[in-house]
Amino acid sequence: MIGEDDVRYVAKLARLRLDPDEVARMAAELAKILAHIGKMSELDMTGVPPTAHVLDVVNVTRPDKPRPSLSRADALRNAPAVSDDCFRVPRMG
Amino acid sequence: MSAWEPVIGLEMHVELDTRTKMFCACEVTKGDEPNLHTCPKCLAHPGALPVVNERAVEYAARIALALNCSVQPRNIFHRKNYFYPDLPKAYQISQYDEPLAVDGWFEYWVDDEKLGCRINRVHMEEDAAKLVHAGGDAGRIAGSDFSMVDFNRGGTPLIEIVSEPDIPSPEAAREFLQQLRNLVIELGVSECNMEEGQIRWDANISVRPEGSAELGTRTELKNMNSFRYLQQALEAEIPRQVEIIEAGGRIDLETLHFDPDTGSTTPLRSKEEAHDYRYFPEPDLVPLVIDPDWVEGLRATQPELPAARAERFMSQYSLSRADALVLGSSHALAAFYEEVVALGAGAKPVANWTMGEYLAHLNAAGLEAGHGHVTAERLAKLVKLVEDGTVSTSSGKDVFARMIAERAEPEEIVERHGLGQISDMSKLKAAVARVVADNPAQVEQYRGGKQQVLGFFVGQIMKATGGRANPQLVNELLRKALDG
Repeated sequence: MIGEDDVRYVAKLARLRLDPDEVARMAAELAKILAHIGKMSELDMTGVPPTAHVLDVVNVTRPDKPRPSLSRADALRNAPAVSDDCFRVPRMG
Repeated sequence: MSAWEPVIGLEMHVELDTRTKMFCACEVTKGDEPNLHTCPKCLAHPGALPVVNERAVEYAARIALALNCSVQPRNIFHRKNYFYPDLPKAYQISQYDEPLAVDGWFEYWVDDEKLGCRINRVHMEEDAAKLVHAGGDAGRIAGSDFSMVDFNRGGTPLIEIVSEPDIPSPEAAREFLQQLRNLVIELGVSECNMEEGQIRWDANISVRPEGSAELGTRTELKNMNSFRYLQQALEAEIPRQVEIIEAGGRIDLETLHFDPDTGSTTPLRSKEEAHDYRYFPEPDLVPLVIDPDWVEGLRATQPELPAARAERFMSQYSLSRADALVLGSSHALAAFYEEVVALGAGAKPVANWTMGEYLAHLNAAGLEAGHGHVTAERLAKLVKLVEDGTVSTSSGKDVFARMIAERAEPEEIVERHGLGQISDMSKLKAAVARVVADNPAQVEQYRGGKQQVLGFFVGQIMKATGGRANPQLVNELLRKALDG
């Protein structure tokens, strides 16, 4: 079961600000989703290897050859703020 | 009061010298202007998909093999989730429960003792971007107004090597890391440049009653990049933990701050929100299945590693362990040494010259072994001139210094500056006679049984000849003159 404390904890990790109504609603919704997923635990999985990927494909790699990067102007186009050719972000800590 | 022993475990992060990043084709560069090497993948634009750099896998596997790990047939990448501006996706692609390689060991030397350390795992991940804290107090986070992010480094292939807690002392920890660094450099997969931050270490340390098999609660040092500070921090942490335990206290699992100015460690009271990375399999990357034949191909083409080379130097050149470890530590120095010996100079004198004058010269000039005006040919000639008595050892050092300054062959320098050893018997006899005549008091002492006065006479003759007198002949002639 998922409680409101779990919701607040996960929201904090994900840097989401939820008001009390939303916490209550999320707790109920997430509980339903988890219960649905929990159905699968009822299956007998003995001897079935865990799935790491839904595609039946392995080894998608590329050679170590450089390709052109974005121009700095393009790279910084989505930055919230720019300073000294860098992405500028609020101070941390 | 019982005695306590420390237990240390280490992690090393190594940025690989691949041409491109781990999951995109942006170039990996050093010291370039900010944000010139980015793309939608390493900037985490929506919809951009990572693709594994196969060279990075090879380099990582070479490290794993050199550490006697078993490379796993199936590799899975995981997302390690945390928020920080140096991580644009808000997760780092790393490995978790199915890493590249596990269960290895590493042997290293502390003085004359060979120690073994189990290696828990070697895994692949991507480096974070570089953060510069502007404003406030000289680049520190505290007091800065804002931070600037340079994504050139973001996504660089990063290898994490994790040891088991098998390391018995701070000194052993430093040796472990230095010798592990030499090994990685030798593999040619990273220059391990410390100023560029290409390698960083974490250490964890606990104490326990001597001989106990149980582990105490550990504290951690993160992101160290100085061998000396790491050793000092560990040395400071042992008495701090012992004091707490002996006072009936408890060690908390926490991260330490080391202050090099005071040489002390203090716990960083981190915010109570402990790390919760919520690892889960990276859905954007399919499994990596490693072909055992490919692994064997890598194993067959591994270079000679420093520890094996040191063993070879000991048997092939009859060097001491200490000399063999120094000369074998890097490919460039080892190759230089072997070249000089191959030119016909004696293995032991060449070892002394290489570790003494030559290494000092490299350090002073900031050169790598094999570069500069002191070539292998010139050093070989010089060592032979000393060996055959043409110049004395002390004049040889003078010749060495002049080889750098005058960029000339040693025999030319000996000729030009008259540095040849004096072995002419008539000249030496005259010098001996003069010293004996000038110092009657010392002659008296010597004849009275004080043998060590001989050194005084040798010194006087060396002084008179500018250090050029053949010391063996001088000794013989002196004894004859004084004993006779």
